[in-house]
Amino acid sequence: MSQKKEASLLRLVVVLTSIALVAGLALTGVYALTKERIDNAQKAKKEQALNLVLPDFKGTLTDTTVVPEGEKEGVLVHLATQEDGTLYGAAIETYTKKAFDGRFDLMVGFAADGSIINTEVIDASETPGLGDKINKTKSDFAKQFNGQDPATYKLSVKKDGGDVDAITAATISSRAYCDAVQRAYNVFMKIKEECHE
Amino acid sequence: MSKWNILTKGFFKENPSLILVLGTCPTLAVTTSVNNAIGMGAATTFVLLMSNIIISLLKNVIPDKVRIPCYIVIIATFVSMVDLLIQGFVPALSASLGVFIPLIVVNCIVLGRAEAFASKNSVCDSILDGLGMGIGFTISLILIAAVREVLGAGAFMGHQFIPSDYNILIFVLAPGAFIVFGFIMALVRHILNRIEAKRKARQLAVQK
Repeated sequence: MSQKKEASLLRLVVVLTSIALVAGLALTGVYALTKERIDNAQKAKKEQALNLVLPDFKGTLTDTTVVPEGEKEGVLVHLATQEDGTLYGAAIETYTKKAFDGRFDLMVGFAADGSIINTEVIDASETPGLGDKINKTKSDFAKQFNGQDPATYKLSVKKDGGDVDAITAATISSRAYCDAVQRAYNVFMKIKEECHE
Repeated sequence: MSKWNILTKGFFKENPSLILVLGTCPTLAVTTSVNNAIGMGAATTFVLLMSNIIISLLKNVIPDKVRIPCYIVIIATFVSMVDLLIQGFVPALSASLGVFIPLIVVNCIVLGRAEAFASKNSVCDSILDGLGMGIGFTISLILIAAVREVLGAGAFMGHQFIPSDYNILIFVLAPGAFIVFGFIMALVRHILNRIEAKRKARQLAVQK
């Protein structure tokens, strides 16, 4: 590049600014083009999870955000009411921060009496081959929660004195799963109390 | 250098990750499955190709002093585009590659080719160079991922053929990535050295 003339300061500014400007414009275009698809994909994923955790439910869902006690981040509750106005249950988008990879998100469906209908992983990046067995496609670990009532079923792994069979070699992920379900259960109970008042 | 050479040098002879040892972070991190490797390779090839084209077009416009910021802006733009497109059109891939798509911005291969090749050569040559390097990167990712997926998960491209009780877990985890990377690097070098030795022997024979 030695054959090039020494560029003036103005030229440096103009070139860099115009490159950034064109880049910004191009990105705006792509963003506008893909925004709808990205939103749809995320919505479809959530709806799919909703159908899985509340499989037979037909009625209306009301969304509220509840902040669990002693925490900053709220969980989203889809309260399910049947057409005659009685409570069917709820699908709760819960999370845990005790995961091996920091955090993962689950959706947990509860029946009105507080028993777990089903659980589903929304977003997790646990270790492949170990912690990713929380996914139902990889192992039966998550299925043991179905139909259990946390009032009598202790949501912690057997090693910690609970009722949950941990995934072999992935105790941290198993504990985190219990933590997330427990958080959802606490929130659901809190909401049920408020409904009765 | 002939056009054919510019294209093919990236495949093995100057393979960006196996010979030049650039872009090691994605090479080690996303090679847990062949599908991931193909996705990552394709995304990086696209970014390499596009940034090489734009940078070689602008090589006489961009002043030397601000060339690095200019390259980074151009590369980052294409990476963000790829990221948005993958999220919109192949959400499953975006879920499994996660943060490694945005991280293509800091992949040394892309900036390395911009600085070492595209800023000094014609558009046509830069296209060939970007394609060649991208394909070379993809080849190395697929090689590593194939070994890791077969040994570690007992599967190839998601089709399981060894029951999960008999998998060698370490190959899916980080240490396995280093082990496989090292062995494949050694193997490719060994093969290249032998080819080179044979070529030299033939030249000698011709001279005699």
